Amino acid sequence: MDLTMMVEAAVVLSSGLKLTLTLTALALAAGFILSVPLAFVRAFARPALSLSVLAYTYVFRGTPMLVQLFLVYYGLGQIEAVRTSIFWVVLRDPFWCALLTFSLNSAAHTTEILCRGLQSVPKGMTEAAAALGLKRFQTARLVTFPIAFRISLPAYGNEVVGMIKGSSLASTVTLLEVTGMARQMVSTTFAPYEIFIVAGAIYLLLTSIAVKITQVLELHLATDGKSSLRRRTRLKTALPGATTP
Amino acid sequence: MRIVLAGTVFVASMISALPTRAEDARVITIATEGASPPWDGTDEKGELYGYDIDVGLDLCRRINLRCKFVAQDWDGIIPALLVGKYDVIMSGMAITEKRKKSIAFSKPYAAGYNQLVVRKDLELDSGDIKQRLNLSAIDASGKAVIERLRSTLGGRTMGVLRSSNSEAVLKELFGDVVTLRSYDSLDNLKLDLAAGRVDGGLADFFTWRDFLETPEGSGAAFFGPQLNGGLWGPGVGAGLRKDDAELLARFNKAIDAAIKDGTIKALSLKWFKTDIAPGAPR
Amino acid sequence: MNGFVSQFAGALLITAGLALVSGFVGTSVGLLLAIAKHTHTSRMVGLITAYTTVVRGVPELVIILLIYFGGTALASAIAGRYVEVNAFTAGVIALSVVFSGYATEVFRGAIAAIPAGQAEAAKSLGLSAWQRWLLVVAPQMWRLALPAYGNLWISLFKDTALVSIIGLTDVMRVAFVGAGSMRAPLSFYLAASALYLSLTTVTLLSIRLAERRYPALGR
Repeated sequence: MDLTMMVEAAVVLSSGLKLTLTLTALALAAGFILSVPLAFVRAFARPALSLSVLAYTYVFRGTPMLVQLFLVYYGLGQIEAVRTSIFWVVLRDPFWCALLTFSLNSAAHTTEILCRGLQSVPKGMTEAAAALGLKRFQTARLVTFPIAFRISLPAYGNEVVGMIKGSSLASTVTLLEVTGMARQMVSTTFAPYEIFIVAGAIYLLLTSIAVKITQVLELHLATDGKSSLRRRTRLKTALPGATTP
Repeated sequence: MRIVLAGTVFVASMISALPTRAEDARVITIATEGASPPWDGTDEKGELYGYDIDVGLDLCRRINLRCKFVAQDWDGIIPALLVGKYDVIMSGMAITEKRKKSIAFSKPYAAGYNQLVVRKDLELDSGDIKQRLNLSAIDASGKAVIERLRSTLGGRTMGVLRSSNSEAVLKELFGDVVTLRSYDSLDNLKLDLAAGRVDGGLADFFTWRDFLETPEGSGAAFFGPQLNGGLWGPGVGAGLRKDDAELLARFNKAIDAAIKDGTIKALSLKWFKTDIAPGAPR
Repeated sequence: MNGFVSQFAGALLITAGLALVSGFVGTSVGLLLAIAKHTHTSRMVGLITAYTTVVRGVPELVIILLIYFGGTALASAIAGRYVEVNAFTAGVIALSVVFSGYATEVFRGAIAAIPAGQAEAAKSLGLSAWQRWLLVVAPQMWRLALPAYGNLWISLFKDTALVSIIGLTDVMRVAFVGAGSMRAPLSFYLAASALYLSLTTVTLLSIRLAERRYPALGR
């Protein structure tokens, strides 16, 4: 084990960190925005609509992201009509191809996660909202979605971690994010262990931070956990018998 | 603790059940990329073919060894040799000082050369594509040629094979004026060249020549002089581990014999339609 | 094109074999670690947690590359002589490690969900440790773990595609080579997608069947 090589690798690989983070953050953001309406359709719309969303999520969750990436990058590039269309401006660039694939993939996973969350929101909640005179969109925005999101948070945390790790696939379409830098460096230094161990450590750091943030957020949003209990007791005395931690 | 122990025993027994080093059975495993025809390619049955394979099998016959070819992606081809995944690399690999630090090379079994390719629709002035430029001996006119290439290629996106000499040369000569893109395989670089994702690339002349003759390659053309020397070194050789001196000596003897009796020349004509045997007149 | 059809057929067997062997090994290791985590000292628990955290926090691709290149050196050092770790074995080890990391947490969660009173009741009835695990804990844990455990299998089938990067001739590799040499990436990657989708569909159907056959008790 060559320590100087590992230090050198840490410096070199850090230069790919920006691209890894950009790809992950943008893919998660785009995936989330896309998945919210899809999740509502999937959970509550007519069977025909719901099933067409299911078809999309099923295909994207049932095939490896590596295949999807190569299909978008090399496959679409082969079609003459795509190359002459305006989409080529975007699809020509490996960064946008990777981002498009990752976003569609993340949207598929997030749609199913949110859909399960939406379906487990108790009926009484939406009925109560209706009784209070809230319109359907207001109910969705103010009641159903926040509750569903809270329920989905642990599963969504896993999706965030999965996306950080999945972004390493961008290295297969010439992008130099952390894994790309690592493979580039291995091929010139011929020192695979040191470099891949450092790469692994960088990802572990990133995923650990993501896990921590999810946990903090879960605690923050919890309605039946300790934090809210504290808040409640400060405002008024707890109901007798209702406080079992 | 017991569980960890059981796990270790299980893994250990699984590993020891595997075949041991190829040499024990006197079978030599040779690695090739299998994606750079006519040097080495993969046919639709998944079998490897090409100059490297034919020469390798001929050398093995001469030294009475049974040989087996395996495919390995280029960017891992040296690390995997070093950890013992196979015994020899024969993959159009140029003998270079940098690689010599890690592995041993046989005598050259081919003297290849390299060339730039660019897309035709860019309508760049390609200059004299028959001219030969030895990067080890650049004179004033050579400098002028490179300067002209630099100004023509400025701002373009050029593709190369990851961890190839072409990558190093492109970085050295044009690194500050072009955007470099490194590919896992030359086949993928060709796909992107056909799709117009890259403006051109630098690689082995013969690999390009075969590609430019296909319909997908018809949109690109050679550009600038044929390049050799410099980082590419004296030619293409077989790569071995440094501690494998005995096998290296046998390979060298076999290469000498194959050059002498014209086998190398014949195979070179078969695959490249040109004599690129080491020492052949240009 | 005919040559590629038979290549894809062979590759499908390799992909399925890789997943089945890795899933089996990963399940066994995960089960052992989950039980160990439940019964052993805090130091042991700390070690296992560290293992599952690292395995689940590092990209599968990096684990595969590390084991492929590093595995030979490590195995040779353990065995005291040269040992070859080929792409299939490296793939099996890497995917087993990944699977076991997740499976440990799934099984641990399922074990924790079984009321502690049950084990105590079994103990008071005079059941030995083995009998308690086998007759009381295992049947309930298995049912509780099933949905999450099934998802692990689907991820596993998809993760096998990454092993193509170290040269194993699986479905993805055949598509990669074919796409390049035939210059027809669209048809080759579409074919690969269809094959993976059918593999994950079969897996999903098996899980649904198992879930129907073994619903969680008392629900």
